[in-house]
Amino acid sequence: MANYTEDDLAKDLEQQEYKFGFTTDIESDKIPKGLNEDIIRLISKKKEEPEWLLEYRLKAYRVWKNMVEPEWAHVEYEKPKFDEIIYYAAPKQKKKYESWDDVEPELKETMKKLGISMEEQKRLTGVAVDFVMDSVSVATSFKEKLKELGIIFCSFSEAVQEYPELVKEHLGTVVPMTDNFYAALNSAVFTDGSFCYIPKGVKCPMELSTYFRINESGTGQFERTLVVADEGSYVSYLEGCTAPQRDENQLHAAVVELIAKDNAEIKYSTVQNWYPGDKDGKGGVYNFVTKRGICERNAKISWTQVETGSAVTWKYPSCILKGDNSVGEFYSVAVTNNYQQADTGTKMIHLGKNTKSTIISKGISAGKSQNSYRGLVQVHASADHARNFSQCDSLLMTDKCGAHTFPYIECKNKTAKIEHEATTSKIGEDQIFYCLQRGISEEKAISMIVNGYCKEVLNQLPMEFAVEAQKLLTISLEGSVG
Amino acid sequence: MTQKKKIIEIKNLHASIDGKEILKGLTLTINAGEVHAIMGPNGAGKSTLASVLAGREEYEVTEGEVLFDGVNLLELSPEERAREGLFLAFQYPIEIPGVSNINFLRTALNEIREHKGETPISAKEFMALVREKSKIVELDAKLASRSVNEGFSGGEKKKNEIFQMAMLNPKLAILDETDSGLDIDALRIVANGVNKLRSDENAIMVITHYQRLLDYIVPDFVHVLYDGKIVKTGGKDLALELEEKGYDWIKHDLVNN
Ligand SMILES: Nc1ncnc2c1ncn2[C@@H]1O[C@H](COP(=O)(O)OP(=O)(O)OP(=O)(O)O)[C@@H](O)[C@H]1O
Ligand SMILES: [Mg+2]
Repeated sequence: MANYTEDDLAKDLEQQEYKFGFTTDIESDKIPKGLNEDIIRLISKKKEEPEWLLEYRLKAYRVWKNMVEPEWAHVEYEKPKFDEIIYYAAPKQKKKYESWDDVEPELKETMKKLGISMEEQKRLTGVAVDFVMDSVSVATSFKEKLKELGIIFCSFSEAVQEYPELVKEHLGTVVPMTDNFYAALNSAVFTDGSFCYIPKGVKCPMELSTYFRINESGTGQFERTLVVADEGSYVSYLEGCTAPQRDENQLHAAVVELIAKDNAEIKYSTVQNWYPGDKDGKGGVYNFVTKRGICERNAKISWTQVETGSAVTWKYPSCILKGDNSVGEFYSVAVTNNYQQADTGTKMIHLGKNTKSTIISKGISAGKSQNSYRGLVQVHASADHARNFSQCDSLLMTDKCGAHTFPYIECKNKTAKIEHEATTSKIGEDQIFYCLQRGISEEKAISMIVNGYCKEVLNQLPMEFAVEAQKLLTISLEGSVG
Repeated sequence: MTQKKKIIEIKNLHASIDGKEILKGLTLTINAGEVHAIMGPNGAGKSTLASVLAGREEYEVTEGEVLFDGVNLLELSPEERAREGLFLAFQYPIEIPGVSNINFLRTALNEIREHKGETPISAKEFMALVREKSKIVELDAKLASRSVNEGFSGGEKKKNEIFQMAMLNPKLAILDETDSGLDIDALRIVANGVNKLRSDENAIMVITHYQRLLDYIVPDFVHVLYDGKIVKTGGKDLALELEEKGYDWIKHDLVNN
């Protein structure tokens, strides 16, 4: 990029202001809470959506109305009151705090520990910063580079306006609106999210991170993400941020769809750190996500997640291995502390021949939390020589927490090979003492032991993300041994 | 002759676990430059002594005093004791999967340096130190980069303990049955390694059942620990005598006195 001057920056900022400039209008013209067809029509209209998308939403709404909230997960929570939710709010570009002094000291402290720069801290907490020179210019140069390669990476709303055909072709093809209660709800009311398209044969040269997009659109309550990797392409996509994210929205129900066409590869990494609630289990986000990818021939999808946040998590990033020789991977670290509850895992659906899947799940439970792994390996009759390897390990930090494993295997092909290993262990007092005896503090000892335990998963993350994730694990488990 | 510097002074130490008294008034002083061997029958309390000195929480000290280089050891946390220069070579070294030996030792070394007000060691200096010290016990370079003790053979674990001792350069090293599980060659290598680490500044407490280790690491004193107390102290010849006669004669003497 040529010279990016302060004028350009000012212009960029101005345009952003413009984009969200209608915030005030929308707020004055309040959307009533609750959900009905009129509300959906209103949302669609506000977003100036094409007719087909409105129809899609309405259909999803009708499906959702006839569904009941699922209860099979090993979690207990007060059901969200769907009538109390305001389903449309302008993207939250407005500042959450009037000034830096208003930000809670705990939050500042955590960010300091994560090694996030002061400027970044301010940006993440939504404090209005005069000039965020770095991130704005980085984001801009980044976009230009992508454009040259024909890669589309933008907000979902923008994609609907700019690339309606691409969106229409793929939306709902991996996670149909009828899939489950929350997917149906999301399909009816999603407000924004990310869209990404990698053209044939293009290897995306950098990690695509939603992080660069935070300035453009706040992460919504009902986020929708669609990643399409065309034949022979490659992309590594990072979702989330290690900084603690506070949100007044209690319910988050996102849908993520990945499409890997022939010979394509998608690597999708997530660090989830939503507000988990306080020490007594009050507050905190409900995170009910549907994430699924489909692999055509020789394609590969690899999900890596480090989950430390949310009060209740319900999440199963899955792979449909449709094409022959396709590969699905799931690497997960899920940490629960205090009163957090997580029910997470994956589904590997083997349809094609010689399809291969790997599941590595590491659950860490502390405090009085409950941590469950739930996984399904399904081999269809067509999937000759399918192979799966699953390893599910649980680490308990205290005597009061729980770890549960629910592996389901359905195999309809005799040539398939399925291996499952599971372990449960308590963090070793002997290990901690051994570290202490070498002069290492307890905090560092736990961090080292836990990170060592999760190494196979952390190794899958892009370098910078991995370092942050390690720090995050340490922070989430502070003072948790007992 | 000027008085030698006292590294550790244990006075009338009583300690119990789960309400059961194991150490019952143990007194022992070790000076700089000395090697003391602790022998005694199974269950006498040798490992307990090592654990209590290292600060394992399960043990309760009910009476007595321990001065470590002049400071009250019993008031310090286990990590502070380590940083002050107390090192325990474990009878059963612990495995830490996924944590490389190098990372582990670098963290430990830097904690000790920080405690002394020194700056962290540079990666280059650290690696040079690893190369130098791993030679002392002929530790395979590959083991240094593997996870701490994970999948190490019994002998490799023991070598690794002495390698760690060499890296951390303690004032007092307590070796708890470091000779057990070693083959004849490894025993010689490990013992020679320990000898190389002996100096006028530090001291070593060697817990062992066998004379053969003391052939290599020649002690200045041999103590017999029995039923939670030091019941006999002698020179290196005492170990030979024990090897020959066992412990019964000592028990016998005790009863008769
Ligand atoms: N938790 C416990 N409760 C009761 N007694 C215990 C406990 N832990 C250890 N002991 C006892 O303390 C005594 C001393 O044990 P220690 O391990 O110190 O012996 P040792 O001299 O090192 O023996 P060895 O030569 O076999 O290594 C033993 O009788 C042992 O059974
Ligand atoms: Mg012992």
